[in-house]
Amino acid sequence: MTTRIDARFAQCKAENRPALVTYVMGGDPDLATGQAILNALPQAGADIIELGMPFSDPMADGVAIQLGGQRALAAGQTMLGVLGMVEEFRRKDENTPIVLMGYYNPIYSFGVDRFIAAAKEAGVDGLIVVDLPAEEDAELCIPALKAGLNFIRLTTPTTDDRRLPVVLENTSGFVYYVSMNGVTGSVIKSRGAVGEAVDRIKAHTDLPVAVGFGIKTAEDAAEIGKHSDGIVVGSVLVDAVARSLENGKATDKTVAAIRDIVADLAGGVRRARN
Amino acid sequence: MVSLSNHAAGLAGPRPSTGRDEVLLGLRGRTIALSIQKTNSLRNGPDEHGRFGIYGGRFVAETLMPLILDLEQEYRAAKADEAYIAELKDLATHYVGRPSPLYFAQRTTEHLGGAKVYLKREELNHTGSHKINNCLGQILLAKRMGKTRIIAETGAGQHGVATATVCAKFDLPCTIFMGATDVERQMPNVLRMKMLGAEVRPVTAGAGTLKDAMNEALRDWVTNVETTYYLIGTAAGPHPYPEMVRDFQSVIGTEIKEQFLALDGKLPDAVVACVGGGSNAIGTFHAFLDDADVTLYGAEAGGHGIEVENGHAASMTGGRPGVLHGNRTYLLQDDDGQILEGHSISAGLDYPGVGPEHSYLHDSKRVTYAPVTDKEALDAFQLLTRLEGIIPALESAHGLAQLMKIAPTMGKDQSIVLCLSGRGDKDVESVGKYLGMLNS
Repeated sequence: MTTRIDARFAQCKAENRPALVTYVMGGDPDLATGQAILNALPQAGADIIELGMPFSDPMADGVAIQLGGQRALAAGQTMLGVLGMVEEFRRKDENTPIVLMGYYNPIYSFGVDRFIAAAKEAGVDGLIVVDLPAEEDAELCIPALKAGLNFIRLTTPTTDDRRLPVVLENTSGFVYYVSMNGVTGSVIKSRGAVGEAVDRIKAHTDLPVAVGFGIKTAEDAAEIGKHSDGIVVGSVLVDAVARSLENGKATDKTVAAIRDIVADLAGGVRRARN
Repeated sequence: MVSLSNHAAGLAGPRPSTGRDEVLLGLRGRTIALSIQKTNSLRNGPDEHGRFGIYGGRFVAETLMPLILDLEQEYRAAKADEAYIAELKDLATHYVGRPSPLYFAQRTTEHLGGAKVYLKREELNHTGSHKINNCLGQILLAKRMGKTRIIAETGAGQHGVATATVCAKFDLPCTIFMGATDVERQMPNVLRMKMLGAEVRPVTAGAGTLKDAMNEALRDWVTNVETTYYLIGTAAGPHPYPEMVRDFQSVIGTEIKEQFLALDGKLPDAVVACVGGGSNAIGTFHAFLDDADVTLYGAEAGGHGIEVENGHAASMTGGRPGVLHGNRTYLLQDDDGQILEGHSISAGLDYPGVGPEHSYLHDSKRVTYAPVTDKEALDAFQLLTRLEGIIPALESAHGLAQLMKIAPTMGKDQSIVLCLSGRGDKDVESVGKYLGMLNS
């Protein structure tokens, strides 16, 4: 079965460019504006969307995404609300893959089986759950795969060749290579090392490899995109939401700010291999 | 006599918790405890996946996974290494001052009018609490692993002080993450940490308490994983931490057992400890888990009262199972799985979760966990100070308040032991404020 994620990576490959994967927090800065941002992403140039499920204790995130999650929760976001956003998005867009990203407890609290069924129903394509390593695959990964959802795994600089097969075993859709040991929003120290790492992962799998963490500009996208099948941008977008606010409220600049940055990054991925 | 008293007793053999049951034999007027393997023991956990029943596990980001697997391997190797065990035992004796005394609290006993009350004096340890037991075990592991920097989270500052202490002794730089609210209410410990050479990083996220400090410590660890050892202070977090911290703290219960046998020729009837993350409690309970005649009580932080929403930190009484900070355990959370901040007068108990083994013991009903309010803890704090001349930590005062409810219901020929986990010097200013003593 060809999934939306497979089809989108195949399309980008045919265009000889990396895919642009954009992360936004679901319901940030408020539920209506969050929906408007999500709906605007494909036209601005996003190939794949990661939609953040906010959590009170995001242990692997830097300040930008921590604050984005707090804004979404303060605006009343819930798990049902995030799933509802996807449902709404799917009314107009049948092709852009959506991956839900977050932490396990809100899913566990919602109920794993109920969550998987509701995610499928809403039109979700894949999951990234930061605090579920391969050792805990029985919790969510296996049931999600059985239901036809992709389970995208993070690999990191500490995932050595010995461990890679363990991590890749139940990974599907694509592999998300975390460019550094660190939290989201940090700075990449060595771009060269990222290229080597992607090659190392590709020796173990046929899945596309997308690189995230520390990609901030169109130039970063073009550079990192030379060696990878996709680049992931998150903190820059969530931070742009924050900077567009006045007195904590969305303005007419909010959606436009995200659209402009995504368009710029879309230019970057299109220059990557020229 | 088969020795149970040294610090390494919990570490002997390839696995520490293979379910031993002590059989007591009267021989030439002395009581002898023999360790016997027991298959249906409550002391067998965790399993190879780091689970105590459904609790525990390894819910961490991939970046940390290889390190956690290394740590487990290194811990197994250390436990089998006589030199490691000997070094730890020597430090326990000469640096910490173990064994800590078992003290008969005569005036408290008379005041309560029931069971004989004994205090296990962990507050007399070097650094003033039980936390040093665990810190020494882990700092030796960090050295074995070649780590060059230590980080830790702290609530009341007791674990932070103990960590800063072992880092001074072993010449390792250390950074302590502490909630900004806790920095405020535990200033004496902040100063101690700084004097010991630690960097204290106040965390302003959330309510600025222990949960937020742990989040920030995890973020630092992910960033500096190659060089840094995370010295977790409570029996929680990803496997193998809950097992490891329990093993290092199980010296408490092992000593109580031996001291009681020497004193009375039998075991106490009840044992009490306070539970935040639960390191002193699991260390106190573990030796007794298979002794069905010994009733075990854990005192959770009841704050303003268990009926006050988000006004307490009693995760087992008032929460439900969830996943946070690397393990599945009882958590205070809302309907959507967002973690609540909780509240306790005691910074060390002000945490919305609890160690996974306690969750297991709660479900299996082996231990009775009950909430103790801020006010009950304050009353107990004052009582012990006046009756025994011992100022307890506010954390330990929760355990004492629980004891004060139980002891009067017991017979005068019975005995009850409290783990007096820490001393209250750090709390005198905040308690003075609550009692209005600083107004004049």
